[in-house]
Amino acid sequence: MTESAVPARKRPWQTARVVAIESLSPRIKGFHFALPDTPTFVAGQHIDVRLVAPDGYEAQRSYSIASAPEHAERIELAIERLDDGEVSSFFHDVVQVGDEIELRGPLGGHFVWSVRDGGPVLLIGGGSGVVPLMSMVRHRAAQASTVPVTLVTSGRTAADLIYLDELRRLDANGDGFTLKARVTREAATASDLGAGRIDRPLLESVLNEMTEPSFIFVCGSNPFVGTVADLLLDLGLAPGRIRTERYGG
Amino acid sequence: MATRGFSGKGLPPAGQNRLPPGQYTTHDFPVLSAGPTPRVALDTWRFTLRVGPKPVKQWTWEEFNRLPMTGVTRDIHCVTKWSKYDTAWEGVLVDDILADAGLEAPTPWVLAHSFDDYTTNVPFADLAGGRGMVALRYAGQPIDADHGGPARLLVPHLYFWKSAKWVNGLQFTQRDEAGFWELRGYHMYGDPWREQRYSGD
Repeated sequence: MTESAVPARKRPWQTARVVAIESLSPRIKGFHFALPDTPTFVAGQHIDVRLVAPDGYEAQRSYSIASAPEHAERIELAIERLDDGEVSSFFHDVVQVGDEIELRGPLGGHFVWSVRDGGPVLLIGGGSGVVPLMSMVRHRAAQASTVPVTLVTSGRTAADLIYLDELRRLDANGDGFTLKARVTREAATASDLGAGRIDRPLLESVLNEMTEPSFIFVCGSNPFVGTVADLLLDLGLAPGRIRTERYGG
Repeated sequence: MATRGFSGKGLPPAGQNRLPPGQYTTHDFPVLSAGPTPRVALDTWRFTLRVGPKPVKQWTWEEFNRLPMTGVTRDIHCVTKWSKYDTAWEGVLVDDILADAGLEAPTPWVLAHSFDDYTTNVPFADLAGGRGMVALRYAGQPIDADHGGPARLLVPHLYFWKSAKWVNGLQFTQRDEAGFWELRGYHMYGDPWREQRYSGD
């Protein structure tokens, strides 16, 4: 299997300016940054963020990039508010448009996909786990690619499904991108939203509707990724095709 | 550059800091891996010591468990920024593995191998002298599969990706060979105190 090459080079800290903030769900905001040096990146990579206090105390976190590599002059990070999150609550409560934040990256060379890698591709994201997958989907659209890609995602309610309108538009294009979205804590409110968790019957039906995927990316909380990866192994998929990224603890 | 509006938690007193730069402490034990958790059965589990391509000695699970067991309690530091204090492990020191095989380190470089084809490089000097072990128990219990059980490498003074999960062998190499994450942009050595996260750091 090929991997998109990620060059090993120094990634210094740069000061980026917040140019837009949008609410993506009750718990997730999108922060758009303009960087002084436009980076090149591969969809799926992350950015490290550093907050520095006047006394020199630092806090760092990694956040996946949601935007497409084709629009690297303005990078979008989607940040979920965690209840005891020192950095995420700072972003949600304090950060304003015009603020300067130190970033480095893009980083990470495994959970990445480019249209050059081909497909078919199965993307499975739970909650904010859809963020790096969104970069892949947007990259595919920006390249006008017809590589078959199916995105399976779930959220507590329809309001928690970030980027839902954009994903529905891409699905409606009929160019090989398919969206399967589910809500876990309310009855389905729209005809294209199923109710219930991502489970074996859903994955079986998704796999039946597509040619066997060459690449599978699973991202979300640790229990979500563990459950989905185990189901995929039970369904006979080769472990070497499954790449995982887990958020939090 | 100070970040507008960020006051932070305050710096620890000089000389008392257990936390490497850029890290935060967690009481959870987060799980990170590049792929699914492999299913490793104890009756087919093997641990192989190699010099280059050549196997020097192989142990079954029962044989490996008869080697001298050592307990250590250490702080661990993940490159994804979390650190966890006072983690308690039991396992077989790399020193004792080599002693059982009657092997003196033939080269200064080691590549650890895992059941999921993961690899990571660690200088032998960082495994010797009680600094590295193959851990079989965590907090008094067999290690969960999610955390690398049945056996994982433990090199707690380096970023935790060096502590390869599901380890099934150590190989002496003729040069410092990059492993899985080291080929994907992460640092060849990974010292948390020098913040060697990514290649070029």
